[in-house]
Amino acid sequence: MENTFEPKIVAYVCNWCTYAGADLTGTSRIKYAANVRIVRFPCTGRIDYNLLLKALALGADGIIVSGCHPNDCHYTSGNFHARRRWIVFKQMMEYMGYDMRRVKFSWVSAAEGAKWADIVNTTVREIRELGPAQRIQNEEFRMMNSEG
Amino acid sequence: MQALHQKVKELLESGKVQVVIGYGEGSGGKSRPVFIRSAADAAKLVWDDRCHQNLAVYINKPEIKKMGKAAIVAHPAAVRTIVQMIAEHQLSSGAIIVLAVENDTLEELTDNSSLEVYAQSHPVLFPPFVVKEIEDIAALSAAERFEFWQNELEKCFKCYACRAACPLCYCERCIVECNQPQWVSVPSHAQGNFEWHMNRAMHLAGRCVSCGSCTIACPAGIPIGLLTIEASRIARTEFGFEPGISCDASSAMSSFRNEDKETFIQ
Repeated sequence: MENTFEPKIVAYVCNWCTYAGADLTGTSRIKYAANVRIVRFPCTGRIDYNLLLKALALGADGIIVSGCHPNDCHYTSGNFHARRRWIVFKQMMEYMGYDMRRVKFSWVSAAEGAKWADIVNTTVREIRELGPAQRIQNEEFRMMNSEG
Repeated sequence: MQALHQKVKELLESGKVQVVIGYGEGSGGKSRPVFIRSAADAAKLVWDDRCHQNLAVYINKPEIKKMGKAAIVAHPAAVRTIVQMIAEHQLSSGAIIVLAVENDTLEELTDNSSLEVYAQSHPVLFPPFVVKEIEDIAALSAAERFEFWQNELEKCFKCYACRAACPLCYCERCIVECNQPQWVSVPSHAQGNFEWHMNRAMHLAGRCVSCGSCTIACPAGIPIGLLTIEASRIARTEFGFEPGISCDASSAMSSFRNEDKETFIQ
């Protein structure tokens, strides 16, 4: 049973760096795990922590959040604001006991196609070992809610 | 307390203020908020160790503003709250007379600088049981902490008394009343509780002065104050933000420094 578990991973990425980086991974014909569902945002500053909570509540086993390296933001400072938010969010989640090995934060530029493949592969491998994610609320209600 | 009655009488008689927000005798041996509008009622005010609630929550209520200029009886945490409200442009300088009380001392603070000096010299001290709670949780493993918070938050039925009790939770439109997108599930069920309390903590990071009003207000007895205390601790250690000590401080979560440190971003 444990061997057949395939994690569902949601990747929230910024349009200008990581999304382009992931595109480069594809055009470079680098193969990487198909477990990841990429969601594109204009900027990491737009990636609300509520999106992460929503993904975890609705059954994601892992999350990757990725954007431009510091000083490379298309909007100058979106990633700096995002970084501050992640620092607090990560520690708050840990305080509430959530296993934050499931949530990865990274900087991937538009030229780092190989780094993107590497991050996805490592995340999938690690989460496959961790097994399905602990749910942050009542299981039965979650099923009811995701039915529709 | 005599000095407080005298001061309130003077303020109301001289017409310097039209209402005084303070603590009065409540039912069941508890204190409750009272709004004194005539000098004859000044003796209804009490000040003792039952007076924990943060009265700053009433300052901006339209019903109170209609009464005219106000004075407020404030413990050290409430003074910090008022300073934080001024920093967040929720209160203009000199808009309220603060009667800062602690043990047997009474100080009248009217301008920003005296408020700042008072806040800086009067730290908010946790009662021993809160210190113990903080230590107990710190000693738990991650899995035990998860279990602890899941069990605690399961009791929450989304009455939002914590929001109503917090003077710094003043948004007119809150995310929980927003259904596009619906970040927090509506029914009084365990679902959405984790999200709600995480949101509250995130919104109060670097702003919570740790007055404990939310914990007192919670009818389910969840130690929710610990979450915002932790959020403020993170903002303090990571970004050096101490809430409620400066009337022109910027906000922790809407500012940044290029040299913000983290070790977890790959």
